[in-house]
Amino acid sequence: MSVGDFIRNSQVWKSVFRHPAPRDRRNRVVVMLTNVFLHLHPVSVRKSGIALSYTWCMGGLTFFMFLELTVTGVLLMFYYRPTLEHAYNDILILRDVATLGILRELHRWGAHAMVITIWLHMYRVFLTGSYKPPREFNWGVGVILLVLTLLLSFTGYLLPWDQLAIWAITVGSNMARATPFLGYEGPGATFLKVGDVSLIHSGSDARFILLGGRFVSGETLLRFYVLHCVAIPLAVAVLIAVHFWRVRKDGGISGPL
Amino acid sequence: MTLDKGLQNGLAFFYLLVALLNFGFAAYSMVGAKRRIAGFLWAGVGVLFLLHTVGYFSHQGWMLSAALREFIDGLTGPVTYTMVSIVAFALLLYFRKFFVQPDVAWTILQLSLLAGGWAMTDPNFREIVAKEDNVPISMLIYSVAFFTWLALYRAVQNDERLARGEPVLEKVDDEKVLVWPDLVYTELICMILATFVLIIWAVLLKAPLEQPATSAKAPNPSKAPWYFLGLQEMLVYYDPWMAGVVLPTMIIIGLIAIPYIDFNRGGNGYYSFVERKFAVSIFLFGFVVLWVTLIVLGTFLRGPNWNFFAFFEYWDPHKVLPLNNVNLSQLVWLNVFHIPLDDFKVRFGDFLGPILRELPGIIVVGLYMLALPPLLARTFMKSYFLRMGFVRFITLVTLIQFMAALPIKMVLRWVINLKYIVAIPEIFFNI
Ligand code: HEM
Repeated sequence: MSVGDFIRNSQVWKSVFRHPAPRDRRNRVVVMLTNVFLHLHPVSVRKSGIALSYTWCMGGLTFFMFLELTVTGVLLMFYYRPTLEHAYNDILILRDVATLGILRELHRWGAHAMVITIWLHMYRVFLTGSYKPPREFNWGVGVILLVLTLLLSFTGYLLPWDQLAIWAITVGSNMARATPFLGYEGPGATFLKVGDVSLIHSGSDARFILLGGRFVSGETLLRFYVLHCVAIPLAVAVLIAVHFWRVRKDGGISGPL
Repeated sequence: MTLDKGLQNGLAFFYLLVALLNFGFAAYSMVGAKRRIAGFLWAGVGVLFLLHTVGYFSHQGWMLSAALREFIDGLTGPVTYTMVSIVAFALLLYFRKFFVQPDVAWTILQLSLLAGGWAMTDPNFREIVAKEDNVPISMLIYSVAFFTWLALYRAVQNDERLARGEPVLEKVDDEKVLVWPDLVYTELICMILATFVLIIWAVLLKAPLEQPATSAKAPNPSKAPWYFLGLQEMLVYYDPWMAGVVLPTMIIIGLIAIPYIDFNRGGNGYYSFVERKFAVSIFLFGFVVLWVTLIVLGTFLRGPNWNFFAFFEYWDPHKVLPLNNVNLSQLVWLNVFHIPLDDFKVRFGDFLGPILRELPGIIVVGLYMLALPPLLARTFMKSYFLRMGFVRFITLVTLIQFMAALPIKMVLRWVINLKYIVAIPEIFFNI
């Protein structure tokens, strides 16, 4: 008996994989059904649907980037404290304290890559007309995922707390104060008042809520940190689950009828 | 001025990779596609790139001539940039059969790589393109170009098949295959490749970290993250409430609405252009021309004070451009009727005054938003209106109106220096 066979016949192996290696048709079906991760997929698919020239693998790569960012993000959290006192220095010394010294790079470039892959994914879904019935709803789920992905990137941009970070966020969040009615420099905001007291001012408008202050400050850092590390990733994870579920329920990857 | 050795070695390596690419393509043309002449030609191009490699490895220090750089800079401005991208886009769609031919697409790619390589010898160009956070944009340009080519290539093939009454390519490969091994292995390979690329990228390029944050000194230019630079570029033409809030909201709503307003049942599940001309053209225009090229413009060509700087121009913070933009109210009342604008408030008070002053603009915007949809429903888009029904049609036209608002304002700015169509700064209502 070869070593491989010995391992595959051991009680331990059999307790993990409840069937022989997926070498024949039957076991190739069974492996997809018994493994919780693999069973995100159906058992069989249309050949043209999974061709690289059709999907470009962009949905899959977007998901992979999300996983990669989750892993490297958790590792980064070990070294980073979201306070004015520590944030910048924690990033500064990260290269020296973390093994291999490319942790931050993996996270930052991964984030950029995810923005590109999600755009390309949307592009391919559009160009194959895959948003058409019965997949209208899943396209909508996708658009929300797109918005959340951009917000993830945006909130993360602030965390290094260097000049690049706060000014990019300042420029971006300045828009919020021009929100119609809800921003203090937005059209219509001056009409919202009770007697002579205006409801929308720089201490109560949309930008204030976003930043937790009148300008980008320590409160903003905390707020963005929580959004970036907890709130948005959770929302994205839930929506990805919905998205994948619907890909299958809507008939698998699209193809000609 | 000379090129430093490290840069020359980098360029040599770059040209070596490009040469290898060409040899690969030459081999494919000769052996795979059995096209001998094309193969020889591409091998020749490969040799040309190899010569570059040799030149830079031996530190010849070849640079783009200053005269040529100035000539190119002289040609580029925001107007030419936008016009060229729009015209190129129209040509691409119209002559898609020509552009999707592998040899044509490959030629364009090689020309862009050659131009990029030579442009890197210019210090100003290099400084901006090689900035760490700008690297993704080069990737974006090339990947969007590649996938646009791929999609159109398949669309052209499918359209020809449909015209001949044959089934589309996706239909030909219709049989079912097992996910294990076919799909799981593809996924595994994709993951490995992606990991590989990420690690190389992370090793080669350090993540940027600038000076610690201080609210005392704003960098000039202050830019949003690159994926929002299209929006920041819109600030040139619209106030923040439009560029930063209303238009992005319309983009999101518009995207979600697409499946519900596109009543065309054709082209579901395969690449096609002919079956979905309208939808594909509009979406490509929005994504490629308005979104991607504006990001490129905002990143590479906008410098201090958000002034336009051509490719090889030094980002001079003291560059001053004359600001002589005027509002529509000024054009109408002052230039035509010779009524000073201040008169309105004096005569009609704080509420009615500004409204009367801005009446021309309010009428223009009102006509655009309210009169255009019924007009279109009765003329150009009559067949759409009849097939879509009222709600779908109004949604579609409104979305297109918002999308067109940007190019319209651009043209007005360039042609008559128009600042605002409606300007009521008293309540921050400027359009
Ligand atoms: C976190 C973001 C996202 C992830 C992880 C993701 C993942 C995926 C995956 C793995 C598929 C299977 C087919 C493929 O790989 O192309 C898929 C299909 C699909 N995605 Fe996404 N996606 C995301 C965002 C989006 C966005 C932004 C849109 C559109 C606006 C979208 C719309 C769709 C639709 C309509 C399908 C079904 C297409 C078909 O059946 O051919 N998704 N997605």
